[in-house]
Amino acid sequence: MREIMTEYYIEAKTADQTGKKVAWITSGGPVEPLIVMDVIPVYPENYGAMIGASHMGGDLCAKAEALGYSTDLCSYARADIACALENGGPIGGLPKPDMLICCNNICGTVMKWYEVQARLFNVPLFIFDTPFCHVDFADEARRYVRAQIDEYISFLEGVCKKKFDFDRSMEVGRLSLKGQQLWQEVLDAAAHRPSPMTAFDAFFFLALIVTLRGTDKVVNFYTELLEEMKERVSQGISAVENERYRLLWDNLPVWYRLKWLSDTFASHGACLVADTYTTAWCGSMKYIDENDFIDSMAEAYTRIYLNIGVDEMAKTIFEMIDKYEVDGLVMHSNRSCKPYSFGQYDLMRMVQEKKGIPCMMLESHMVDERSFSESQALTRIDAFMEVIRKRGPGAGTAR
Amino acid sequence: MDILNEFIEVAADPGAYARRIRASGRSVIGYYCSYAPEEIIHAAGLHPIRLFGTGGDSGIADRHLQAYCCSLVRGALAESLTGRLDYLDGTVFPHTCDSIQRLSDIWRLNTSHGFFADVVLPVKLTGENARKYLIDVLQRFKRDLESYFDLVITEESMRSSIRTFNTIRSYLSEIYELKSRNPGIISGQELFSIVRTSMVMDRDVLRDKLQTLLQELRESVPGREGRGRRLMLVGNACNHPDIYELIERSGGQVVWDDLCTGTRWFSGAIREEGDPIAAIADRLFERQVCPSKHKSPTARGELLASQARKHGVEGVIFLYLKFCDPHSFDYPYLKECFKDMGIPSMLLEIEDSLPPEGQILTRIETFTQMLGPKTGAVHAETSQTGREG
Repeated sequence: MREIMTEYYIEAKTADQTGKKVAWITSGGPVEPLIVMDVIPVYPENYGAMIGASHMGGDLCAKAEALGYSTDLCSYARADIACALENGGPIGGLPKPDMLICCNNICGTVMKWYEVQARLFNVPLFIFDTPFCHVDFADEARRYVRAQIDEYISFLEGVCKKKFDFDRSMEVGRLSLKGQQLWQEVLDAAAHRPSPMTAFDAFFFLALIVTLRGTDKVVNFYTELLEEMKERVSQGISAVENERYRLLWDNLPVWYRLKWLSDTFASHGACLVADTYTTAWCGSMKYIDENDFIDSMAEAYTRIYLNIGVDEMAKTIFEMIDKYEVDGLVMHSNRSCKPYSFGQYDLMRMVQEKKGIPCMMLESHMVDERSFSESQALTRIDAFMEVIRKRGPGAGTAR
Repeated sequence: MDILNEFIEVAADPGAYARRIRASGRSVIGYYCSYAPEEIIHAAGLHPIRLFGTGGDSGIADRHLQAYCCSLVRGALAESLTGRLDYLDGTVFPHTCDSIQRLSDIWRLNTSHGFFADVVLPVKLTGENARKYLIDVLQRFKRDLESYFDLVITEESMRSSIRTFNTIRSYLSEIYELKSRNPGIISGQELFSIVRTSMVMDRDVLRDKLQTLLQELRESVPGREGRGRRLMLVGNACNHPDIYELIERSGGQVVWDDLCTGTRWFSGAIREEGDPIAAIADRLFERQVCPSKHKSPTARGELLASQARKHGVEGVIFLYLKFCDPHSFDYPYLKECFKDMGIPSMLLEIEDSLPPEGQILTRIETFTQMLGPKTGAVHAETSQTGREG
């Protein structure tokens, strides 16, 4: 895994020597056409996660603040903006983009963030606009996103000065779907008691489906990973020793406290078996038609987890609670991500009413470690686990 | 001017005015966004009204929204949950920022004001595909209104509404131009009240009153000399009339703005020929852009710079609601744009209520004093008044 990611970043960082073009793209963006065009996709959000995990977020965010970016803005964006200006951060910064591809299916923040980078690098910006689906996916929205796929392809043909290969897009589409299916199967392994993996493992392995979707690297790696999970299941190996309680995580990870959170929950015999975040990269497979990937990806990219109404999100959470037999819900109220976090109180109430399981909330900025209070989090986790313990292991939902 | 007092009175309590409208038998439709298709609501014979967050306590919103949500969104929800919006027969949520987007969900699930519509506008306001989509979205909204209220919106009523709104917008533009050329003609707070009332009052009544007011202003000799430094306000929705007075007491005067409750809302005219819905869509496409929408990475900087130049702006106050992402992202860039033009700026982040008066006065005074000696050579360029495309 580390080797694949290292190789990927080396290729991206040496693109100027190999003559390949580099595109910066949002994590939920339609990357497959870039792969078809031999463009190297680079993900500032994946990079943001690296920044967070290497505890460089606080310093970089502070640098962005010195430039006038408010401390209340997304910490991925702040850290990335600071890195781009000074080639700082892990791996000496990201390779400069030849183009920017921004899909707003995850938030409005990415549009503002990519506008900043478009001014800085003075390169073409393509915005793939996916209308928000509060209750449904309207016909006019369907036509609009479909038309933008053609717009996107002509944009790429213009920047790359070559034709789009539709035959190759079939193959890339097939690999993308296969990668998503395997990712879902890997995550599904956690439904087993005891779970062979935790959400913290998923946060780590997620990097591939995000950055290399549409390539055989993902397919090969997840095939092996799935075998490993099956092996662990068959041998009864658990990710958390003496797993007693199973929890669901909501929102992005707190990237600079992964280990601490993992250990803290494990010390209570609790395994975070699943999360709404990593599932988002395989959550809209049902809309993909393998034989018509380019057409069907319009819908799949529009109806992802973050681009739907709160009540629609609740349905996904209910399903996960049942599927993974969850005893409690841990919500990360993420100051960096308003579209993910606003609505969490309503979701919490819906979960308590419909599923009767305890819920708790932790607050942070996902890569700005200055915003996190360990002692406060610990108090909350202890209190929450006390409630879970009183209900007893496997109490699950109020069925 | 009696007529001015009327504007001030309505602006001070829009809810009371809306209740009177409702008592007269007309349904009231509210919204929080300057992209709301007011013309279509008006053409349906319904009363469109802009809502403004709360002047009161928004604690009740804590049940639904975290503390890092802006005061407009929290205040809006609090207004509804405490029953202060009992005059509404419906609400419309044009798609704008991430926070309003989620407010719409929370609103739909927790409040009941009759009609409800999400108008999921394109975020990208360029290109033929986005334009077509915008037209489709407006047509859907029109059908939704027709079906819920069981009525037909005729093309003729659409055209008539478009004329009314065009006239109102052109009057407001001219009042702004007059104020820019002769700032003493009317106080900032009075101008605030005129704009706010224009978002609330019966539009046919408003059109006539604005005409009368404009006539008076055209002929009036400035009651007070406008000696303060020429400032421009840039920000989101302003719910604080006091800010204008504080600015004037600190040696400044607002001669132009880029506010959601200002020029962004009334800029641009609607084509009066051809398909009315397409014409409304075209104006929304072309009007002064909100930072939550995309025209180009440099569109706002270029526009604001040209406005500052045109109106002889000496300093800019960024008046932002705390936690407003779209504006906060633009701030470093816009600040540099103004700096490049030699125009200093200051940032004032506010929440539900303004910080203590003394604190604001000191900050603005410090700012106006550092603008350097007034040369007297700075005047707004004279320009054509009226509609701007």
